Amino acid sequence: MAYSDKVIDHYSNPRNVGTLDKSKKNVGTGLVGAPECGDVMRLQIEVDETTNTITDAKFKTFGCGSAIASSSLATEWLKGKTVDEALAIDNMEIVEELALPPVKIHCSVLAEDAIKSAINDYRVKNGLPELEMPKSHH
Amino acid sequence: MLKLPIYLDNNATTPLDPRVLEAMMPYLTEVFGNAASRNHPFGWAAEEAVDYAREQIASLINCDPKEIIFTSGATESDNLGIKGVFEMYSQKGNHIITATTEHKAVLDTCKHIEKLGGRVTYLPVNAEGLISLEELEAAMTPETILVTIMYGNNETGTIQPIREIARIAHQHGALFMTDGTQAVGKIPVDVIADGIDLMAFSAHKMYGPKGVGALYVRRKNPRVKVTAQMDGGGHERGMRSGTLNVPGIVGLGKACELCKLEMEADTQRLSTMRDRLERELLTLEESYVNGSREHRLPHVANISFKYVEGEGLMMGVKDLAVSSGSACTSASLEPSYVLKALGLSDDLAHSSLRFGLSRFTTDEQVDYAINHVKEAVTKLREMSPLWEMFKEGIDLNSIEWAEH
Repeated sequence: MAYSDKVIDHYSNPRNVGTLDKSKKNVGTGLVGAPECGDVMRLQIEVDETTNTITDAKFKTFGCGSAIASSSLATEWLKGKTVDEALAIDNMEIVEELALPPVKIHCSVLAEDAIKSAINDYRVKNGLPELEMPKSHH
Repeated sequence: MLKLPIYLDNNATTPLDPRVLEAMMPYLTEVFGNAASRNHPFGWAAEEAVDYAREQIASLINCDPKEIIFTSGATESDNLGIKGVFEMYSQKGNHIITATTEHKAVLDTCKHIEKLGGRVTYLPVNAEGLISLEELEAAMTPETILVTIMYGNNETGTIQPIREIARIAHQHGALFMTDGTQAVGKIPVDVIADGIDLMAFSAHKMYGPKGVGALYVRRKNPRVKVTAQMDGGGHERGMRSGTLNVPGIVGLGKACELCKLEMEADTQRLSTMRDRLERELLTLEESYVNGSREHRLPHVANISFKYVEGEGLMMGVKDLAVSSGSACTSASLEPSYVLKALGLSDDLAHSSLRFGLSRFTTDEQVDYAINHVKEAVTKLREMSPLWEMFKEGIDLNSIEWAEH
């Protein structure tokens, strides 16, 4: 399979690989996918509670180049966004940016799920109601 | 200067040995006759070349030159052997025994036989990829006409106990066939000593050209016959019609001659190289050899790297031409059925790499491959949440994964 230059760039130089302290109240962690399916993404956000802004984002991904690139790109986009802006990120924006082929769209879906799951974790930790996760993609 | 990518997929196909090409050249140019043309020198020259190739091949596998039936390759030979025996011996019975780790050319042919009303037993294999002789014995019935078990496996290199299998088949009055595609030319294969009645093999796995192979069909003790699967001019003692591929056959003959001459030296050099590659890669934590390490072809290594995803790994080793245990043709990944038959979980099957060395592989290439794979696996693990969990001592099975 031919990968786009952007996928190759993110795969070769992934942004924001790492781990945030998940015990902190202002850190949200999303873990999505399953080893048997060949993709597991863990995406974490650190939120400035006064401004509701994402100050840091980290990821670790077990998956193909497109899955790694999707999560790497997601962390880049998350930094500096408010939580509400982050919620609005749609998987098709990732598809477009990385020029993912149809068979790799599920990687972008997973990245979107990871963002939402991290935000939900943050919300629950801070006494906010959980948002409904759109699972319709799968 | 090392040329990239490095070709380490010699179980898929091997490069043509220049000496083979040289032998073939005249038959692609001035000596173009049809080997079946009996009434002029053009035909005679072609026939002579074919007869000489038959002798070169026969000498490698210790058979009579008349027992070689030329085909287009191992897939055709597997089809001809299995379907041909099924038709020819239908009076005697309709049961065939094979194994789950066979090549698709055998498995799908057996599926076809089932559609025709035949009965097929697919023997399982143990964690090393070997069938159980007791299970084979137990599967034999008076209706069993054929046992077909491959010599060396294409994915793991595992070598089956061919002589014992042949003996059991014969004790029960069945014929024994083997797909020798990966073994012939690489290790000593002797159809007499091994008790083989039919054997499929191909030129392009032993430095010969693509598009030519052979089926060995025993003529004595017992005299084996197969029903032709193609109608036509009755070439190859009526078993395989079609004008002979003279340059291809000359290439197969020359490839066999070279393999016989160089087998011992090649085996020694390649197994040393393979062992070094394997030893080095096994220094990576959580890496495992797939298949038997004791009963194995000398040039093959199949290794799984846990906590690394297969497709990501393939992308990481882009400087190497290797195969992975992951046949990823679409969004749904299909792990190798051979590795699954050995009992590997899907994720370990996905994250496997098969290295196939050749006569032309150099130490420098192997050095590069070792470093390249180590770097890729290490980098991907640093990025892998599963690796982090493993390092923290978290049991991955204890996690409720969000299935998708």
